[in-house]
This record gives sequence, C-alpha cells and structure tokens, in this order.
Amino acid sequence: MSRNLNHRIFSIIIMVLLGILPPIFIWIGEPFYADLATRIVCLAIAAVSLNLILGYGGMVSFGHAVFIGIGAYAVSIPSYHATYGEWDAIASYNGLFQFGIAIGLSAIFALIVGAICLRTKGVYFIMITMAFSQMMFFFFISQETYGGDDGLTIDIRSELPLISMDDPLQMYLLCYASLVAAVLFVRMIVRSRFGMVLRGGMGNEERMRMIGYNVYLYRLVAYVISGAMAGYAGALLGNFTTFISPEMMDWTRSGELMFMVILGGGGTSVGPVLGSILFIGLEFVIENAIALINHDWAKYWHLPFGAFLIAVVLFVPGGVIGLFKSKERKK
Amino acid sequence: MDYVLLLTQTLNGLQLGVLLFLLASGLTLVFGIMDFVNLAHGSLYMMGAFICATLTFATGNFFLGILLAIPVMALLGYAVEFGLARWLYTRDHLSHVLATFGLILIFDTLVQIIWGEAGIVVPLPEWLDGQVEILPGVVFPIFRLLIIGSGLSIAAGLFWLVNYTRLGMLIRAGASNRTMVSALGIDIQMLFGLVFALGAVLAGIAGMLISPITEAEIGMGNGIIITAFVVIIVGGIGSMKGAFIAAMLIGLIDTLGRSFLDDAFKLFMTENSAETAAPAVSAMLIYILMAIILAVRPQGLFPPKVR
Repeated sequence: MSRNLNHRIFSIIIMVLLGILPPIFIWIGEPFYADLATRIVCLAIAAVSLNLILGYGGMVSFGHAVFIGIGAYAVSIPSYHATYGEWDAIASYNGLFQFGIAIGLSAIFALIVGAICLRTKGVYFIMITMAFSQMMFFFFISQETYGGDDGLTIDIRSELPLISMDDPLQMYLLCYASLVAAVLFVRMIVRSRFGMVLRGGMGNEERMRMIGYNVYLYRLVAYVISGAMAGYAGALLGNFTTFISPEMMDWTRSGELMFMVILGGGGTSVGPVLGSILFIGLEFVIENAIALINHDWAKYWHLPFGAFLIAVVLFVPGGVIGLFKSKERKK
Repeated sequence: MDYVLLLTQTLNGLQLGVLLFLLASGLTLVFGIMDFVNLAHGSLYMMGAFICATLTFATGNFFLGILLAIPVMALLGYAVEFGLARWLYTRDHLSHVLATFGLILIFDTLVQIIWGEAGIVVPLPEWLDGQVEILPGVVFPIFRLLIIGSGLSIAAGLFWLVNYTRLGMLIRAGASNRTMVSALGIDIQMLFGLVFALGAVLAGIAGMLISPITEAEIGMGNGIIITAFVVIIVGGIGSMKGAFIAAMLIGLIDTLGRSFLDDAFKLFMTENSAETAAPAVSAMLIYILMAIILAVRPQGLFPPKVR
C-alpha cells in the first residue's frame, strides 16, 4: 500500500479541491471560474468513461465525443418538441426521461458500433471508431429540424426532482457528485473479476483466450458501459451549455478527450480527471498569457498548445499522474 | 433517369475518387512502410493548397505555381518526418495519433498566422476555365477533366515507381522487413524520410488540384482526411491496389448517392419522407458501406499479403 501512497494522496487532493474550490468561486462571486470548473467536470466524466476502455482495456476508441453529442441531443430534442410541438411521444422537459434516453441511446449505439469495431484490431479499430462518429456527425448536420450544423439551443433545462439545474451551485454539485460516482464506479469495475479479464485482455489477449475467456464479449460490455457513461456526461454538458451542435461530436473533439486521458494518465482512476483539468486549464492559461503580451496574438493560442501536446506525447508518456507514482510501481 | 446528369455525376465521382486516391496513397505509403499513423496528412493537403495559391499569385501562372510547390511540399514532408515522426516509430499507434493531432493544431494556426482567416481563391488560366462538350449534349468543366487525367497518370506513375524501380523495391522490402533492409546497408532513415516526403507531395498535389474549385481554407484537410482513412480501411490498410479501387468506389458512391438517392428513395417512399431521409442517408452512405464491408471482411477488401 505504502509504495503507492504519494499517488493516492495526490488523487484524493485533486478530487477534494475539485469539490471545494468551485463552490467557493460561486460564493465569492467569480462565476466565470465556476463555469470553467463545471465544463471541466462534465468532460472529466467523459474522460473517465473513455479511460475504462482506453486505459484499462487497451481499446483506442477515437469516437468517444459522439456519445457526448448523443447525450446532449437526448436532452435538446425532447425539450424542443415539448416547446414547439410534434412528436408527442418524446416531447418532455422531464430530466429523468431525458437522461434515461441519453444513457439508453448511447448504450445502444455503443453496442452496435462496438459489435462491428471490436472485430477489428489496432489501427483499424482507431479509424473505424472515428469513422462511425463522423457518420453521426454528418447525420446530425443533415437534421434541418434540429438546426443542422448551426446547432440547437436548449431553451429549458432538464427538470429534475429536488435539483434545479438553473442554479449554478446545484448544477455544479450535481456534476461533481456524478464525477465522483463515475470515478468510483470505474474503480469498482476494474477491480472486479470482470475488470481483471478486461485488463488481462489488454496485456495478453491470446493468454486470456486460452484460459477460456471470451475477450470480445468482455470488451463489448466495457464499451457499452463506457458509451453509456459518456452519454450521461453529454446530457449534463448539454444542460450546462444549453446548446448542442454537431461540432461537439466532431472527430477532433474525440481527439481532445483522448488527450485528457493520456495527459493525466491512462489506466489510473483520477488521471483522466487531472487530464481534463490540465487540458482545459491550459487552453485558458495559454490564451490569457499570450493576451498579456499581445492582445491580437491570443487567437493563435493553438500553436503553443499543439506544441505542448506533442511534448507531452514525446516526454511524458505515462501522463502527469505517473510522475507521482513511485518508481517501483512504474515497472 | 437523366443520363446526362448521370454521366456528369459519374465524372464528378471519378474526380473525387482521384483526389481521395492521392491522399490515401500517401497514407498507405507511410503506414505500410513505417507503420506510422499520420493524422496530420490532411494538414499537408491544406498546406499544398495554400503554398500553391501563394506561388500562383507570385508567378502569375497556376502551373508554375504547382511545379514550384512540389519541392516545397517534399521539404515540408521531410521536415515533419525529421522533426516528429522519426522519434515515434518505436511507440504505439496511440502516440502517433496524439502527436499528429497536436501537429494539426500547429499547422492550422500557422496557416491562420501566415495567410489569415479567410480562404484564398486560386484563379485558373483562362483556357482551363471553360467547359467542353465531351458527348453530344454533355458538357463538363475542362479543369475537372484535367484533375481526373493527372490523378490517373500520377496513380500510374506511382504504380510504376513502387513495382519497377529500385526505390520501389526498397519501399516494398522495407514494408516486409525493415531490419533486413537496413542490415543490407540501406540508409533506412533516409528511405523513411524520402517516403514521407513522397506522401507529402501526393497530399499536396491533391490540395493544389482542388484549390481552384473549392478555394484554400483553414481546416480543409480535417474533413477529407477521415474520408481518406475510410478509403484505406475499406481497401485494406497498406495495400496500394486496395486504396485505388476503394478511392474510386467511395468517390463514385458518395457523389452519386448525393445526387440520386432521393430519386431512388421516391420509388418506395412518399415524396416527403424521401426528401427528409435522403440527405441524411447520403451523408452517411460511405460510412454505412464501410461498416458493411468490415462486418464481412474486417481486414478490408484487399489486405496486403505481407504483414
């Protein structure tokens, strides 16, 4: 236990700070930072879900942003019809109904896509998951009713019992509680027998098959769980931004999610959370740092950011959280 | 059915297919030999379009612009190999994907800094800017015919290069067993650099050829690169023949789907629902095709024999 203590303390500190700081920002009247934190936490849930298949299962899924999109559309479309009529069967502001659809549809999409993609390996898998997410991207672009590529505004947030999403503090606490639940849930999964098989399949697939496990099936189940979680994150994010456009599920968004996982540290419980904080925090810091030097250059912040990402891949392959692990643990 | 329209759209489909092949062949070379996944290949396509635009304006001649842009693209490709790809060959595909993703951000911003936000329309020489009657009643833009023609000749040249030259022999040998090639005294680093440069030139030419039609704009490579990936997945990763056939197939299916799917749907649907469904399905058509092919043949249509 003790050899991993640094890492564990560090993880707990991150989660506690994430629970305390944003509510303080709201109390002292700095809503901007609280908004930043809400966005980070929503994306962190998606990153944690991606980590289940990427970090523990070795499945490099390059289409995870699609579930965020499905989740957000599952909120916006029922809400749209509740406001403007038609499609009475799904028209609703009810949050439980919308979140249910978000999770359900994401799971179904993950099941179909996963069943096909998991027949392939390696770079085929990377590109196929990416192509499937592009398919949904173009599907939503062609939906003129729901704004096409201009996107759709969510006029009324999901109505949940006891919680009002219009209140920034309640919204944040809901997202934060969801994140904690997501981290603990993934942690529970990977420590279970199921998770052992999943991780075993990443280490040596042939061996797991020889022992008698159907690795394909285990991976598919993990893929579906992960997709459903990301769909839930998307429903939260849609409620937070009150807007959804197909751009949210573009393949570059999936790349960003992958970066969050790798940046923080794949295959660790809090790594993806740290990655989301660093990723979004750095976007913000770099942009503002450049603006201090020259205001007109601030829009070019992608350049140093891209260079930073490349540097991370080259020099910190284990992710930032890996730096806090003791050396014996690394090997 | 309207046969004039069908013929015109078939030619348009071929034109898209040719462009996709130019992109996919570069990906195939780099992936087949170096096992390197280059997401930033689309950025090279974009750089080709912008560099050609600048050189066209500087020289006042589109063809001179292309000729001068080709060596620039080769240098750029070599620089990417030398500066980034070279350090990642021994790492997994995930690292390749992430690093080249960072590279896309850099290229997109560089273009924004050098050429500004707005796209650049590249003017065509007057004699190319017209239409020609290829069959009685069928007119087609001359420049698009030129794209098809030059693309097919480049494909033929590439086929010759890979199958009948010493460089091609080394490329094929490197794809099968790179350790053996380097043991035979071939400078494998140099070979990799050359292949990367060749891939960049092919992507760049695709960008140069499309720039008078769509204009050179930021992020133009990020959409089409996915289609190019679909091409090499469907064709079988690492197979040049597969890339060619799949590029033509996908170019045709995408173009024809967009123009005729609503008519086809109207045969068994009400007019209204056909008009709602057709745009969505035609935008997804190539991905649906890919899914079907992969469900049956996970390794693509023409998986290479080696590997």
